[in-house]
Parts: sequence; C-alpha cells; structure tokens
Amino acid sequence: MLQNFAHILVFLIFGAAFVGINITISRLLQARNPHPVKLSTYECGELPEGESWIQFNIRFYVIALIFLIFEVEIAFLFPWAVVFKSLGTFAFVEMMVFVFILIIGLAYVWGKGDLEWEKPANVPDTSVSPLTESKELTQLMAS
Amino acid sequence: MAEGIGIILLKFGFILLFALGLGGLLTWVERKQSAIMQDRIGANRASIFGLRLIGLFHPLADAIKMFTKESFTPASAEKFLFTLAPAISVFFALIGFAVIPFGDKLIFGDTVVNLQVAPLNVGLLYLFAVAGLAVYGVVLGAWASRNNYAMLGGMRAAAQMISYEVALGVTIFGSIMIYQTVDLQQIVHLQGGTFWGWLPAWGIFMQPLGFILFLTVGIAETKRVPFDAPEGESEIIGYFIEYSGMGFGMYFLTDFVETVMISAITVTLFFGGWQVPYLLADGFHFPWGEVWLLNNWTVALFQIASFSLKVMFFLWLQMAIRWTLPRFRYDQILRLGWKYILPISLLNIVLTGIVIMVLK
Repeated sequence: MLQNFAHILVFLIFGAAFVGINITISRLLQARNPHPVKLSTYECGELPEGESWIQFNIRFYVIALIFLIFEVEIAFLFPWAVVFKSLGTFAFVEMMVFVFILIIGLAYVWGKGDLEWEKPANVPDTSVSPLTESKELTQLMAS
Repeated sequence: MAEGIGIILLKFGFILLFALGLGGLLTWVERKQSAIMQDRIGANRASIFGLRLIGLFHPLADAIKMFTKESFTPASAEKFLFTLAPAISVFFALIGFAVIPFGDKLIFGDTVVNLQVAPLNVGLLYLFAVAGLAVYGVVLGAWASRNNYAMLGGMRAAAQMISYEVALGVTIFGSIMIYQTVDLQQIVHLQGGTFWGWLPAWGIFMQPLGFILFLTVGIAETKRVPFDAPEGESEIIGYFIEYSGMGFGMYFLTDFVETVMISAITVTLFFGGWQVPYLLADGFHFPWGEVWLLNNWTVALFQIASFSLKVMFFLWLQMAIRWTLPRFRYDQILRLGWKYILPISLLNIVLTGIVIMVLK
C-alpha cells in the first residue's frame, strides 16, 4: 500500500521538475528590458489608484465559512458511502438523518440570507417616511 | 510483480504527454472550433516551410512565444509569491492525473503493468484533495500581483471555486455508493459487462442526474465560460492581469489541463473509463454470440484508444458549451452552486440510497 504512495511521490517530484525546467528555460531564453513604466502596476493606462491589499468584502468571508462547515460534514459521508451496502438499513437511516441535518443547515443559511449575493446596502425604512410623518403631524396639529 | 522505476517513468511520460498534448491541442481547438461555429476561417497562419496544415502549428508557435517573451514582475508585487503562483497552479493541475486509469493491464514478459501511474485505493479522495489545492495558485497570484483588478478576480475565483468544491464532493457520492469503492481502477472495472446483455454497464445509466450535476460543477471549477467571472476578459481581465510570458502561459495551460482533467474524471466515473463495449480481457464478446479473440497488447491499445476518444468527446462538448453560452453574472454563478446544485445533489444521495436499499 505504501508503495503506491511512493508512485505518487515520484509523480510529484517529476511534476515539480517539469514546472521548474519550464521556468528555467524561459528564464534563459526570454528578453529582458526592464523600464519603470513597464514595471508599474497595470490599470488601463491610468495611474494606479489606491492600495489593492484591502479588507475585502465580508460576503467572501461568509462564503468561506459556509464552505468550511459543509466540506467537513461531507468528509464524514465518505467512509459511510464506501461501506454503505454491507451496513444495512440502520446505518442507512442514521445517515439520512445526518443528511437531513445538513439540509437543515443549508436551509438556515439560506433563510438568513447569507447565500444572497446582491444585498441592498442600506434600505431606507419606507414605513415611516418623513412625508407621512409630517402628514400625521399636520393632522395632529389640525385636530 | 513490482514495477520498476523505469516503468513508472514511462507511464509518467505517457500521462504527461497525454495531458499536455491535449492541453496544447485545445488552444488550437478553441480557436478553430469557435471559428467554425461563428462562420470564420480561424487560426491558419503559422506555417513551417509553407505548410499550414489548417493551423495545427499554432500551439507550437504559442509555446515558442511563451518561452521567449519577457516575463516581468511589477515593481510593487510580492516577488517570490508572484513567481511561485503560476507554477503552483499548473503543478496542482498536473498531479491529479496520477490516479486516472487509462487502460487495464499490459503483460510485458513476466511483468504485469497496471496502466495507471499510481494504483491508489483512495484515488477519488486524492483527486478531491488536489482539486481543493487548485485555488491556492489563483489566490496567491492575485494577492502577490498587488493590482486592484487581480485582487477582484482572485476574490471572485476563490469564492466561486470553494462554493463549487462543496457541490463537487456531493455530486459523486451517488457513484461511490453504487460502486462501494473510491479506487478509480476498480470503479472502471465495475463498469465492465452489460445490462440485459446489450447495454454497456456505464455509470451514466445508474447516475444520470449525478452525471449532469458533475459536468456542470466541473465546468464551473475550471473557471471557463460560462463561469468565467473571475477572468471576464471584457471587464476585469482577472487574477493573471499582471502576468506576461511564461507566467501567463502557465495560467493559460492550467485552464486547459483542468479541462482535460474534468473530462477524464467524467469519463472514468460515468462513461466506463477505458472500457470498450463488449471487450473483455481476451477479446470481443458480442451480444449476438460472436467472439473475436485478441491478444493482450491489442486489447490494451483498444482500451487506451477508447479512453482517449471519450476524453476528446468531452473536450469537444466543453468547447461547444464554452462558445454557445454567454458569461453568467457573478450572483447567478453563486446562486446556481448553492441553491440549485447543492440541494439537488443532496437529494441525489438520498434517492440513490433509497433505490439501492429497495433493490437489496
């Protein structure tokens, strides 16, 4: 069994060597004419605006979190799926409960709105608009 | 009989030639197929001694260009990671091929050569580990470039790839449940034989839903049209915006090698891998009773040819999809992954389980 992983190791070493040789050959062959303008950050001919190492949008972080949870739960399914036929009905029902919990998790995230990509940033509360408020006020004043 | 290091190297060479050859050829197919679909002539100018050969020398010309063009690093970039990122990207795309079986067994004197570089009993898990690592090449490159567009593309690519990573895992559970193994060579073996004596026992007939879901997720994982929001040539250009020369070439190659990879996995899981209908280890056994006996070498050649042809068919299909559909909006991509494909593939697990339990 371990011998099979040795095959993988050989494959990894030669894969890395292949990539390394490619880079080296291109290093040896390529032209080299550095110029300050050429080395500046590309932004469609404009001067680069702002820093790019910024705090990214929180949505990406939430997606990564959901990914982590689901990926770990899916890893639990692998050992079951491989021996599923020989385990019988009880294991099947047990795992269906697990999948059901997984689906509840998905429904929760869905219901929380974390799977929506377009979120209105700041929705003005239309239920009490200044106009209606003033109307009510004027009515109050009139009475 | 253990295989010597020489045989492993030969197999490694073969699979590398297979992946890179098809990947290189795809750069030509991409241009030629789009030209045919759009009623143009397409790439046909590269010639050797006046011989044009319908543009087949273009991949060669591209390779020469990639090697000789200046590959400069922007002054503000993180130099080490900037150089490393495309190499990582193409490396992770290549090493997945270690577990793809491209034939059964070749008997070579008293040595039995298994036509698979690494006969791993956890092949499918290895593939998913490697596929999960692919996101690093993209994100590192984007971050190290220190460019606004690259960063945008990198963030999009990361969120898209990990979203579809989950779905990719769930879509193949149906197949694992049917075959009760994650050894790819064994999965292909189990797809030999026939249903009712004439229909090849390929995975697609047992997992039609799983196949459609897997192919969709696979195309999304390669980040090509219609899922190419991380690149988006007409808007942000993407995570490799600062790359030139070999760096760009490697990212480009990664895309094509990943396309070959997705085709290879699809063929292995759902289309019988190297199986040829009615071909057993000793020759053809047709359902109408006729038998053609063949020797081991001919059978192996048939199997390798069958695997290659099936992979090429899926490459063609992915190219046709790529030139037919427009790019999806980013929110549509994420919605498709989380709200449609993930629940449907969870349902696929439940349905497959129920059907297996009932049949038992």
